[in-house]
Amino acid sequence: MHGLVNRSLQCFLRDTYGPDLWGAVARRAGIGPDGFEAMQIYDDTLTETVLAAAAQQLAKPPEALLEDLGTYLVSLEPLRRLLRFGGVGYADFLHSLDDLQGRAQLALPDLDLPALHLVAEPGGRFALHLGGGPAGEVMARLAPPVLAGMLRAMADDYGALVLIELPEPQATPAAGAIQIDLLQARYAKGRRFHLGLPIAEATP
Amino acid sequence: MRVPIRAGASSALGAAPAALAAPPMMPPDLSQLSPELLGVLMPMFLWVDACGRVQAAGPTLRKVCGRALRPGVLLFDLIEITRPQRMTCMADLRAHGLRRLHLALRARPRTGLRGIALPLGPDSGPEPEGGMLLNLSFGLTVAEAVRDHALTDADFAPTDLTVEMLYLIEAKSAVMGELHGMNLRLERAHRSAVAEALTDPLTGLANRRALELALEAAVQAGGRSEAVPPFALAHLDLDFFKQVNDTHGHAAGDAVLIEVARILKAETRKHDLVARVGGDEFVLVLRMMNEPAAIEALGRRIVARLEAPVQLGDVAATISGSLGVVLSVDYLDPAPKRMLADADRALYTSKHQGRARVTILRPDLPPLDLLRPVAAG
Repeated sequence: MHGLVNRSLQCFLRDTYGPDLWGAVARRAGIGPDGFEAMQIYDDTLTETVLAAAAQQLAKPPEALLEDLGTYLVSLEPLRRLLRFGGVGYADFLHSLDDLQGRAQLALPDLDLPALHLVAEPGGRFALHLGGGPAGEVMARLAPPVLAGMLRAMADDYGALVLIELPEPQATPAAGAIQIDLLQARYAKGRRFHLGLPIAEATP
Repeated sequence: MRVPIRAGASSALGAAPAALAAPPMMPPDLSQLSPELLGVLMPMFLWVDACGRVQAAGPTLRKVCGRALRPGVLLFDLIEITRPQRMTCMADLRAHGLRRLHLALRARPRTGLRGIALPLGPDSGPEPEGGMLLNLSFGLTVAEAVRDHALTDADFAPTDLTVEMLYLIEAKSAVMGELHGMNLRLERAHRSAVAEALTDPLTGLANRRALELALEAAVQAGGRSEAVPPFALAHLDLDFFKQVNDTHGHAAGDAVLIEVARILKAETRKHDLVARVGGDEFVLVLRMMNEPAAIEALGRRIVARLEAPVQLGDVAATISGSLGVVLSVDYLDPAPKRMLADADRALYTSKHQGRARVTILRPDLPPLDLLRPVAAG
């Protein structure tokens, strides 16, 4: 698993629940308190070990933690901006998810995100299929709840009203799509987005 | 408004590839290309007449130029051609042919552009009647241009990869930020590991490893041909320390060692080195010291301060110290190992003579004789 994935899990736990919680999770998972480095590749099972340790420590289902991780990722401005590049409206954004894996691979060739494929259905319904692409088994298992959290947070960002349903964990790949109901594209005032970076952020 | 634009430069564009040429078909009627349609294909096109007056421009270029782009404004008043240099008229532009141009808007913030200029109308004679069609794009400063002119996705042609490039720029910056953070973490870890490897944890003084490194550096500082900068090596062993440990316990012993370290630090200069090399053994590297009298005075001062009782709660511990010193100037080749062994010998002389003493070991003969082989028999 790419260190960026593990590190985002670590930063999510640390920023949301505090460094003490992260320390306890790291001990439980048998890794050092410094945790992960973003640009290293780790064994896939380590990601699941840390997730399971956090779920036990917080007495929460792992899926709920992963969804919160998705929301957390969108709260990071650089990442939110990258996702907003997808389009001017929420429907555009959904369609741009087909390019997400390719775009990520341009920036980080070994990130190995799952390929996404959006199918638009009548009545503002969308089915987001995951699969194929370079993602490993663990990534394919962890990705759907994280994506669902991101999709919800991005709907808030665009000011859209959506209903998002995760597939049953045991679902067959064919039925394993995330269902998105776009009830109202402009339900609330979304957050602002300009293609150009503001000057303060452009010059670190 | 439908302004026919006739691309008269078919010869300049070269013959169509064979696969496209057959079967024979009519060339496309480019007169159907209105500026509006042209603007969809090329949102940054600029059409100028034979005199260089702007006739039409694509929507993104109009947005970028703002008021400077009046109908009929001269191309060279609007835009400067920065490369190739010294292009100032339409004839220069025609002569340049179908090669890349580097340009910049004359108005601030002087946005940089790249472009190509295509001659229009009937084949150019000495006095061509046709204008030129320019297609422009942003150069390497595309991110700044997008910010300065508040451009959006809709300002780029659907085939244009500019937005992908902006995406990559930001993704790269985010990754670089992570890398930078990682470098800082590694650097901190490295520095503390180095410090730990060279420090005695109890007293914070240098340890034996740090002493060895410092001595190696000291004897190499002179270089191959030059003399080593003089230094003195002092070996200090505490007296009566074992009694403190046995009577008052190890915690008291540790407190005494910390106090000794404080005294040694206070009595030496910043560029000297004080190392703890054993339980109650210390080594001092005193740089630029070759005066036995000064060294002896320093040694006596240290012994006097060591003998001041150390208050440990209700009880006071009293120790002393013995020193053995050698000087680098007494060696033709001041090898650290040899100097340490000699300082140790000097220390034992101090101990032998009743402790609380300073012994400076000097050769009986001038240094040159140290090289002379000892005559056998």
